[in-house]
Amino acid sequence: MIKPCRWKAFTLALAATLALAAGDAFAEGNIKVAYTDPLSGPFAQVGDQNLQQLRYIIDWVNGRGGALGRKFELVAFDNKSQPSDALLALKSATDQNMPFIMQCSGSNIAAALIEAVDKHNERNPDNRIIYVNCGAVATELTNEKCSYWHYRMDAHVGMKAETMVRALPKDVTRVYLLNQDYLFGQSVQRDVKTFLAKLRPDVKVVGDELIPVGKVKDFSPYVSKIKASGAQALLTGNWGPDMTLLIKAGMDAGLDIRYYTMYAHLGGGATAIGPQGNGKVRSIMAFHENIAVETGKTDTEGWTRQFRTQHKFDFYAAGFRTIFEFLQAAINKAGSTDPNKIAAALEGLTITDLLGHQVTMRKDDHQILSEYFVGVFTKGVKYDSEGTGLGWKTEVTVPAKDLDQPNTCKMKRPT
Amino acid sequence: MELLLVSLLNGLVYGMLLFMLASGLTLIFSMMGVLNFAHASIYMLGAYFAYDVSRHLGFWPALVLAPALCGLLGALIEMHGLRRVHRNGHIAELLFTFGLAFIIEKAVQMIWGLLPVPYRVPAALDRTLFHVYGTNFPAYRGFMLLVSALMFLAIWLMLTRTRMGLVIQAALTHPEMVGALGHNVPRVFTTVFAGGCALAGLAGVIGGNYLVTEPSMAFTMGPIVFVVVVFGGLGSLAGCFIASLIMGFVQTFAVVLEYSLADALAAVGIKITASTPLAELLTIPLPRIGALLPFVMLIVILLFRPRGLMGTRDT
Amino acid sequence: MNETLAHPGTRPVATAGLAGFLQRHGAWILALAVALVLPWLFYDWSRARHSGFVVAMLSQMSMMAIFALSYNMQMGQAGLLSFGHAVFFGLGGYCTAHVLNAVKEGTFWLPTELVPLAGGLGGLAFAMVFGYVATKQRATAFAMITLGIGELVTACALMFKTFFGGEGGVSTNRMIGTSLFGLGYGPGIQVYYLIVAWTVIAIALMHLLTRTPLGRMANACRDNYERAQFVGYDPSMVRFVQFTLSGFFAGIAGALYALTYEIVTFDAVAGAMSANALLMTYIGGVGVFAGPVVGAVLITLLQSWVSLLSNSWLVYVGLLFILMVTFAPGGIAGLIAMHDPIWRSKRLGRLAVPYARVLVPGLIAVAGFVLLVELCSFLTIGAAQGKSFKLSGLTIDPQRPGAWLVGGALLALGGLGLWREGRGFRAVWESLMEEIKAAGRA
Repeated sequence: MIKPCRWKAFTLALAATLALAAGDAFAEGNIKVAYTDPLSGPFAQVGDQNLQQLRYIIDWVNGRGGALGRKFELVAFDNKSQPSDALLALKSATDQNMPFIMQCSGSNIAAALIEAVDKHNERNPDNRIIYVNCGAVATELTNEKCSYWHYRMDAHVGMKAETMVRALPKDVTRVYLLNQDYLFGQSVQRDVKTFLAKLRPDVKVVGDELIPVGKVKDFSPYVSKIKASGAQALLTGNWGPDMTLLIKAGMDAGLDIRYYTMYAHLGGGATAIGPQGNGKVRSIMAFHENIAVETGKTDTEGWTRQFRTQHKFDFYAAGFRTIFEFLQAAINKAGSTDPNKIAAALEGLTITDLLGHQVTMRKDDHQILSEYFVGVFTKGVKYDSEGTGLGWKTEVTVPAKDLDQPNTCKMKRPT
Repeated sequence: MELLLVSLLNGLVYGMLLFMLASGLTLIFSMMGVLNFAHASIYMLGAYFAYDVSRHLGFWPALVLAPALCGLLGALIEMHGLRRVHRNGHIAELLFTFGLAFIIEKAVQMIWGLLPVPYRVPAALDRTLFHVYGTNFPAYRGFMLLVSALMFLAIWLMLTRTRMGLVIQAALTHPEMVGALGHNVPRVFTTVFAGGCALAGLAGVIGGNYLVTEPSMAFTMGPIVFVVVVFGGLGSLAGCFIASLIMGFVQTFAVVLEYSLADALAAVGIKITASTPLAELLTIPLPRIGALLPFVMLIVILLFRPRGLMGTRDT
Repeated sequence: MNETLAHPGTRPVATAGLAGFLQRHGAWILALAVALVLPWLFYDWSRARHSGFVVAMLSQMSMMAIFALSYNMQMGQAGLLSFGHAVFFGLGGYCTAHVLNAVKEGTFWLPTELVPLAGGLGGLAFAMVFGYVATKQRATAFAMITLGIGELVTACALMFKTFFGGEGGVSTNRMIGTSLFGLGYGPGIQVYYLIVAWTVIAIALMHLLTRTPLGRMANACRDNYERAQFVGYDPSMVRFVQFTLSGFFAGIAGALYALTYEIVTFDAVAGAMSANALLMTYIGGVGVFAGPVVGAVLITLLQSWVSLLSNSWLVYVGLLFILMVTFAPGGIAGLIAMHDPIWRSKRLGRLAVPYARVLVPGLIAVAGFVLLVELCSFLTIGAAQGKSFKLSGLTIDPQRPGAWLVGGALLALGGLGLWREGRGFRAVWESLMEEIKAAGRA
């Protein structure tokens, strides 16, 4: 039988927590931004690195006056890669009337959040919240599943696929596609083939594979197939071990091929690939530390260099700074921290980002339009990655207007 | 022909890596009935220890030191943890190792950080051994094959030629009888557990730089090792060896054979179109589910032969 | 495993009628009352609304209680260790999501209050299919088959879009307007009360099941497989029926999950969720019927609350688990149940002082350990995240040895004190038990 005193202890504990939490919400009038990502468990590195870069950026934005004279404050929630925990975080955020919730990793969690935010805002019009998507890239989220309260601050899969296709040099005419067998990987596969047909009809797809996520340890049989097909480039959206093991297997086997990836520039990629990737591996990215060097933007270069010296890894999340510059601009334009007014101000807004480019938040589907880069992993750059001696060098720049793709969003606007 | 030969080689290397990892677990499982959930975690620790040691002393000392450290750790776990839990039953031991796996993973994250560490193949082995139809066969893979073959030989010799080995063999199939005969069964248990952990550590040293060394490597490698052990059967190291090779070949060849159930059905005259129910399931090509086949095989064999392939005891 | 089934049916019933009913089930009724009233303790009077977080967490606790109890039907009552129980939870959730969508579109009608039944039936159906395969074997072979099934279903959930919706899962809306009471089920508190109602029904049914011949035979098969065969029942049939019914209740829990979060993704069938069931059930206690409920409440609290305070919550859960497995295989409820004879003979007061004497060094040791773990974690992870190490207002610098020494000292002192007091406590306990035995004989 459950003893009654057990329940008493539990009640006291909960009361204590909520007293703490409630107390925080009314402190100093900071603009709170809830942030949820995996901070523990097998994907903890993602959330952890994001958190470090976010804090650095927020300190910088607050140093420039924040928004309407108030400072931003990040409140982190560990979602342990579970949608139910992310939704609990959302509840916590709305309990404290926070105007924003941010999330960067996992399209399954993003899908859950979009729906939950929509339903919450519909059912609670006096306590609305804006969902800022800093990295969940499934194309559907700003097409079939689009929502007025969702703002995506990273290029989606379709745009990354188009960038990848645009980066293929003229002499590459045979490509091999290899992706992870779930929504994201299947989107990459579909979109790359669409854009190849549209932009590079001369290119032949000599192989097209889907692999179960996270299960394949030995990629050498795949490498043999790639070699047998005579492909000149491997296009893949894989992330994590599925990407690093694939590239390692290819290099071990002496495959003479170009690797086009979407995530090799993120934490752990450079270390896992190592010096043998010199000149072979490419990645689609929003930013790398050498772009500022190439384009002569010394203030940006100094800013990212300062991060490097303080932390042990490279700064790749320039997109996060763009997010906060957007939020700052929108709040200032709306003149208030009421989510209804901020949302109206945010859509259609254009700002200049840290590389001097014009970045727009598209009104139809709340998708950000910004330039994208393809970098090659090579020696001889000023800032190397993760102490390997090699770093990223821009090979191709795709301007924002080229990525202004059509969308199927039928957005329901609040009256 | 080319594809067959290359796939055979690939399958062999992968199968031998699985064997290195699974052999320790088979010994522990057969002997003590404990399905050690922390086995893959010890493998991970072996890789991390090797990384640290190789940074200061080099790869070759790491090859000896890291497994020794893992063996020591295994002995400590057995003496102070498992022995105490043993009286609560097999399930309690299994759950104990389960909790241990959690703690080890977190400890690794706290000590070495969350990102992969740059544990690399030593320069001496970082070249091509020979060419197979234009594909390189790296020297390191040859080294892996060599180490795993030597390991198999060593275990076999020890089990069949030494006194301790004979006792272990007996205890593998009749643990109570061995105790009744007067042997120090707890000490044998500790030795086997430590030995099994040392083997896992060795697998980590070899595999850690071939694959990626990061905190989640235990979590990803774990399930397939259990499949191999259970498939091979209790009490049989040879069964484990054969099971590892079978799994290695199945996963490798599944990738290169582009057939699906729909193709098989078409061969007997049944056509599947997009509107057939379960079409999505039937048209899946083998490469997409290659890594799942071991689990299917596990279920099938457990249904018809719960002892596994060459098991000498019931579970 | 050394379990004591502290079963109300085995205790001599002293009073009949309403008084007897209250005496037997008093704790459950109290728990129900607390569950009903608790959300109001956290009501935000200034904004006239409930705390969404508390309501969601309480809902999570209730559905996890059903999930853990259904898992215990296999583990504690039938001796079947399963590593894939989340399959039925998740599949029940997917079925519910599809049913809700069908009702919204108008192709099907079902009152909102009966929707969890759809999930339960879904779980039942899949449990029959998978159970047929799995229950052919027992013990380790069974465990490995369930592991394999779990992995396969998780992989399928990612690959196939028609039923599983791929990575994005299947989303749904619980406001389908078919409530029998005219409720909209928009606000979380309404869903919470529906969940509590179903929790009561599920717990009552599962409890009833333990007292049926099926429940007793499941226990028999667990305790002595060969002898159970001699009684005349086919053990594999008993296992099969127990397995499918356990899948039914897991499906109900999954349906409540779908109603609460309005989205079901592959995480609901994944290994992490199965591991959760195992943790909750074992830590709560497999030998006592209410054990898994205690475990569900505790683990949910740890996961949702402690994880907000510390990234190392996994270490604490893992360590708690290991300590339970080693020293208290009966779980928390088992520990509480051990006090039963002492309580009944009204000698509980005599334990107050020994408990206090053990608790003080125990808490000191725990504080020291937590401090060390947090410092260690902070050095490699937390510092980089920009947090500063604060303990009730004091900022501690982990680079300096001060805090480490304090932590180490606390742990050492607490550990020593615990060991000494533990011996004393054991002596008091044993003498009490002797007394009771003597009194019982007299």
